[in-house]
Amino acid sequence: MIEAQILQLFQWFWNLFGLWDWVWGTFGFVWPVVWTLVKIVIIVAPIMLGVAYLTYVERKVLGYMQDRLGPNRVGYYGLLQPIADGLKLLMKEIIIPTGSNKFLFMLAPVLCIAPALAAWAVVPFAQGLVLANVNAGMLYILTMTSLGIYGIIIAGWSSNSKYAFLGAIRSAAQIVSYELAMGFALVTVLLAAQSMNLVDIVQGQQKGFGLLGWYFIPLFPMFVVYFIAGVAETNRAPFDLAEDESVIVAGFHTEYSGMGFALFFLGEYANMILIAALTSIFFLGGWLSPLPQAWVPTAPGVGLLLGNGIHWMLAKMSFVLFLFLWLRATFPRYRYDQLMRLGWKVLIPLTLVWVVVVAAWMQTPFWMW
Amino acid sequence: MEKISSFFKSFLLIELLKGMALTGKHLFSHKITVLYPEEKTPMSYRFRGLHAQRRYPNGEERCIGCKLCEAVCPALAIKIEVAEREDGSRRTTQYDIDLTKCIFCGFCEESCPVDAIVETRIFEYHGENRGDLYYTKPMLLAVGEKHEAQIAKDRAADAKYR
Amino acid sequence: MIGIETVVFFLFAALSVFAAVRVITARNPVHAALFLVLAFFSMAGIWLLLEAEFLAITLVLVYVGAVMVLFLFVVMMLDIDLVQLREGFWRWFPFGVVLAVAMVGEMVWVLGGRQTAETGANIAKHAADYSNTKELGRLIYTDYAYPFELAAVLLLIAIVAAIALTLRHRRTAKKQDPSKQVLVKSADRLRIVSVTSSKKVSATDGAKTDQVKS
Repeated sequence: MIEAQILQLFQWFWNLFGLWDWVWGTFGFVWPVVWTLVKIVIIVAPIMLGVAYLTYVERKVLGYMQDRLGPNRVGYYGLLQPIADGLKLLMKEIIIPTGSNKFLFMLAPVLCIAPALAAWAVVPFAQGLVLANVNAGMLYILTMTSLGIYGIIIAGWSSNSKYAFLGAIRSAAQIVSYELAMGFALVTVLLAAQSMNLVDIVQGQQKGFGLLGWYFIPLFPMFVVYFIAGVAETNRAPFDLAEDESVIVAGFHTEYSGMGFALFFLGEYANMILIAALTSIFFLGGWLSPLPQAWVPTAPGVGLLLGNGIHWMLAKMSFVLFLFLWLRATFPRYRYDQLMRLGWKVLIPLTLVWVVVVAAWMQTPFWMW
Repeated sequence: MEKISSFFKSFLLIELLKGMALTGKHLFSHKITVLYPEEKTPMSYRFRGLHAQRRYPNGEERCIGCKLCEAVCPALAIKIEVAEREDGSRRTTQYDIDLTKCIFCGFCEESCPVDAIVETRIFEYHGENRGDLYYTKPMLLAVGEKHEAQIAKDRAADAKYR
Repeated sequence: MIGIETVVFFLFAALSVFAAVRVITARNPVHAALFLVLAFFSMAGIWLLLEAEFLAITLVLVYVGAVMVLFLFVVMMLDIDLVQLREGFWRWFPFGVVLAVAMVGEMVWVLGGRQTAETGANIAKHAADYSNTKELGRLIYTDYAYPFELAAVLLLIAIVAAIALTLRHRRTAKKQDPSKQVLVKSADRLRIVSVTSSKKVSATDGAKTDQVKS
């Protein structure tokens, strides 16, 4: 629809010179590619901006929780800090360690950020606002989040440094372990929604009584497990053993500088935002309003604000992201054996039990979701 | 019974929530950060910052080149050369302090019999080259001349404890 | 006119053959493993072209996302001596040739057979709402329920066996019990003693403690 309008605009523009037929005849065949690229940019650009400002918010929130002020020098309240940081990283020299595998060393940051961005293709932001409405969307998401590990492993191995290697190995074992808990938690969502399409999952949570229809109520333990696994999957505190600075310097990106490091950084934060978006979609009703449909006033301004829409999605994502930061400000880092124990001996059995519980529950008349 | 309650405690993440409540409370607490260049914390008159060489009110430099400070300096940051001036008094021809070596212990100040070498309240100085932090006698005297009023006041305040 | 699908197919096919060849020719085992990942990826691409999106995604999810990660994990930590590995090459060469010839023969027989050759043309295009995942699920849980369950049991046995083979309790090893550590109370470990402070310590006591210290 928007595509047609834009095409009409182009037609009007080129018709001023009487060239439209020639232009469309010559370059028309690349239009689908161009349009897809435009859509990708429309999704990726706000994410990159979100990543930049998430770093700012993280520093601010951590500061406030530690009775400090956080960055407040660059721009008003330090609002330009992420841009200054980005420029600094751009200017920095890229150092390639001797004895490293140069090709893989340069490839690793790309492999880290690419799946983090690719996963956004199937994430719906509001009704109809999705790049690709794929039926196997949930599987696609799981796949993309599991691919991010390659960047980390390759970075650790190609750096030719023991710290980087130890970080990579820790991270690999951690992500593979927590992926299971994450996958099983999603199986319960799958059961409840009867669909792997993310749009259908959100619509399945619209039961007419607002907040009570969302899946985090019947699947509350899974909501917690998914969030914990998500924190572990993105290597965030208190599960940030892959970059445990007091033990292994900076983990897998010890040897990276400048843009290489920046890409890892962007990848980590893009993954965080992704997990926040997915948690909102799977458990918190995506773009649905917490108010029952019947209560929403029909007045245009208020109705738009209280009704379903992208602003609810963004609000829920912000809430989950704030939880990420809150956890980081509160908890000390896990010991590695405790991390593995939590993943394998607590979370996975819990999810398995809850899959059975939900499956049985759904056969009874007490299932209302 | 205790086992059951502890089981539920750990599964309901009570302790984690308690911790999060604490940090959540601090999110809204009063921030104690001092916005440094605009705000400054009060400073003691015994503050040990940049060094200065003092002069007597008549303009005569105090230092008599006894080298006590050079001897006492634990970081070996002071270098002194002495010669006789035309009027027959003992004066230093060279009095250098390498601030990259100095640990600001204040021993030089303590040892000085004539209160010539003192440490001032100045701490906001910098050098862009290594050599910029090598203070020679004229530089130290210049610091002393510039801040004599403050130095004299601090000495007076501390005098009864010495 | 060659359709875009054909172009993409040949792209993926060429990529997968290249990657597969590099898996066995790469000198560095880590490179070989990474080329195997690339081969999996291009095969997943070909499966996507065949509208088998569930299989394609599962291939990436299971093999690339989990199996190859563990594989790389092991390969990276091994200190592989290539010279030692190559020692027996010529001794086993005839055996390898026989195996290769047998495999090529089988492939030609399977792929060149009339039945299978025609199926390539028979792949029907489905409507947009056709869900490959749903169809596969229906087949697995109805027509092929027993083989599927059997495979699941087999995997479970493999897991149990692997754990049973590697799980050893060493009696000498000291380990912590985190749940016990969590449950510990201050009363279990700390005893508060009120000491009378006015009591004089006799000279002999002091000497004794000094001796103990030295």
